[in-house]
Amino acid sequence: MRKMLAAVSRVLSGAAQKPASRVLVASRNFANDATFEIKKCDLHRLEEGPPVTTVLTREDGLKYYRMMQTVRRMELKADQLYKQKIIRGFCHLCDGQEACCVGLEAGINPTDHLITAYRAHGFTFTRGLSVREILAELTGRKGGCAKGKGGSMHMYAKNFYGGNGIVGAQVPLGAGIALACKYNGKDEVCLTLYGDGAANQGQIFEAYNMAALWKLPCIFICENNRYGMGTSVERAAASTDYYKRGDFIPGLRVDGMDILCVREATRFAAAYCRSGKGPILMELQTYRYHGHSMSDPGVSYRTREEIQEVRSKSDPIMLLKDRMVNNNLASVEELKEIDVEVRKEIEDAAQFATADPEPPLEELGYHIYSSDPPFEVRGANQWIKFKSVS
Amino acid sequence: MAAVSGLVRRPLQQVTVRDAINQGMDEELERDEKVFLLGEEVAQYDGAYKVSRGLWKKYGDKRIIDTPISEMGFAGIAVGAAMAGLRPICEFMTFNFSMQAIDQVINSAAKTYYMSGGLQPVPIVFRGPNGASAGVAAQHSQCFASWYGHCPGLKVVSPWSSEDAKGLIKSAVRDNNPVVMLENELMYGVPFEFPAEAQSKDFLIPIGKAKIERQGTHITVVSHSRPVGHCMEAATVLSKEGIECEVINMRTIRPMDIETIEASVMKTNHLITVEGGWPQFGVGAEICARIMEGISEKLVLEYSQAVINIVYLNTYWIRRLKPAFSPRSCVQFPGCSRCSCHWC
Repeated sequence: MRKMLAAVSRVLSGAAQKPASRVLVASRNFANDATFEIKKCDLHRLEEGPPVTTVLTREDGLKYYRMMQTVRRMELKADQLYKQKIIRGFCHLCDGQEACCVGLEAGINPTDHLITAYRAHGFTFTRGLSVREILAELTGRKGGCAKGKGGSMHMYAKNFYGGNGIVGAQVPLGAGIALACKYNGKDEVCLTLYGDGAANQGQIFEAYNMAALWKLPCIFICENNRYGMGTSVERAAASTDYYKRGDFIPGLRVDGMDILCVREATRFAAAYCRSGKGPILMELQTYRYHGHSMSDPGVSYRTREEIQEVRSKSDPIMLLKDRMVNNNLASVEELKEIDVEVRKEIEDAAQFATADPEPPLEELGYHIYSSDPPFEVRGANQWIKFKSVS
Repeated sequence: MAAVSGLVRRPLQQVTVRDAINQGMDEELERDEKVFLLGEEVAQYDGAYKVSRGLWKKYGDKRIIDTPISEMGFAGIAVGAAMAGLRPICEFMTFNFSMQAIDQVINSAAKTYYMSGGLQPVPIVFRGPNGASAGVAAQHSQCFASWYGHCPGLKVVSPWSSEDAKGLIKSAVRDNNPVVMLENELMYGVPFEFPAEAQSKDFLIPIGKAKIERQGTHITVVSHSRPVGHCMEAATVLSKEGIECEVINMRTIRPMDIETIEASVMKTNHLITVEGGWPQFGVGAEICARIMEGISEKLVLEYSQAVINIVYLNTYWIRRLKPAFSPRSCVQFPGCSRCSCHWC
């Protein structure tokens, strides 16, 4: 607290020398940054963990707030569109887990790589795609990031490998991307995410083994939101210490509702991997407000009280907002303004996603093969032919 | 003088299928440093069937990688590496073990380019021995041509000769799509004449094109992999009786070169398919379906002569019973129809 006040006063005296035009929001001076204490991570096979204090700059704080709020509102908009039957098929929402996607992105570089499972909309956004492209992909229109052919679980961006529908299959894929990072010698790492349900898949242990053997720069991340579909962790895993499940791979258990905790842990893990020591495992303890997917109300296997408790005590956006406001990094009005801007962005994106046309039927056969000359594809019977273009 | 020099022919090089695949992989590894090989025993053991002999000594640990016995894991790792821009050759010790990893081959490799709307190609080769070997029992004898041939997004090739093997492995590595190459263990040691052009480092056989191994006018015999050799032997036997078979070596299962088969059947009006897989839902069944679909537009078939599917039964049989029912003897009795299906 004392350190923080000292920093604030130092900054304020500096700000007083700045020209008036640079003073933001009426006559209010904000601190440039503040230092926060964060929860210590539980460690497995590690002597030291991430630091227990971190500095948050005002600029970063506003950025993280905006990103988390965008993900939150985007997911809620998807919920609304799904109930209106404008989005069909699968739709797995990540509201409640915003600190994970935004925090992870804050701890790595855009040149690093990330792969996750099907609860992927938040990561698709943090990895660089626009809300427009994401919502249009959910509604299956040609303006979607996969031209409407992938849907909720198959969105791709630069250095983002989806969006994967088969539970656990993305983990060996992530280890393979890490192999490519090491092969190319570029100091990049791959964040390979999976859930508490997927953590019991055999292929994950095969990936652990090879990643450790070959010292692949792979950060295995278990996003533990306590339920795999409707099965709680106690009913699915003999050991719920997911950060220890890598056995010979060092691990840390992180408070996944605190974005600063996630960011510091990610920085720590990325530095570990980049130093050539091999893979590392992070368990992010987080929570999803929605059910497993849009077809799950989410209350048959957990209580409404539990959901409400997490919402009121540990909501990641609320936690960041309180920290920023209480430490003079931002004002309540300023954050409300961001809320309004975000809402508008989401509204515009939803309009686009609803109005954009579906991909034309002629393109049904496109993208079967890459880099091949066009060929004919049989349709539902031998007289219906589609053209396939790469 | 000219007449004499015309008579003196340079002996064509004899190369086994094993060495042909080895050469093909060696050339592609040399040509592009993004290419690498991974699988069980491919490095220090020189390959379970010695197909990758010498490669580890030449290229080292980075390019030739021994994996633990973790098919699902290492196939997934190979697919991930391909997504990130490398060009892996993933060897399955036999394709029977690929069943453990089949989700990675189909769902992670084959479907991704389509589902990403053309954003994410997967330039990977899955190769290894397929189908029957010598008395290895049912679990080690399955032919996967129809399982993999079923899936859009995959290319599936099945070489018979050394020329096929070298040309197809090189094309497969250079292809930007997931390619499954179904070899045959019993063919590895078989030598073939290697034509001059096959010795070039840029010798490629196009994926999707069948080869007419033997011209004929009476019966079209279509096959792939090791059975092509049996068809050629049968054709020689039948030729003495005045029956000229046109033997087609499919070379590629998917995309199938149905045009070559159709053109041949239009000429001969008779079709026999020969394969090492089970009869139901097999390669021969697909060929028949496509020929039937083509009838209304192009073909005139003599309806009294049904299409004959000949299928190997060795997966369920001990060796000494096999010769009695080999396709060789079946082909000599063209009057019989449906010679194998009762058993499966």
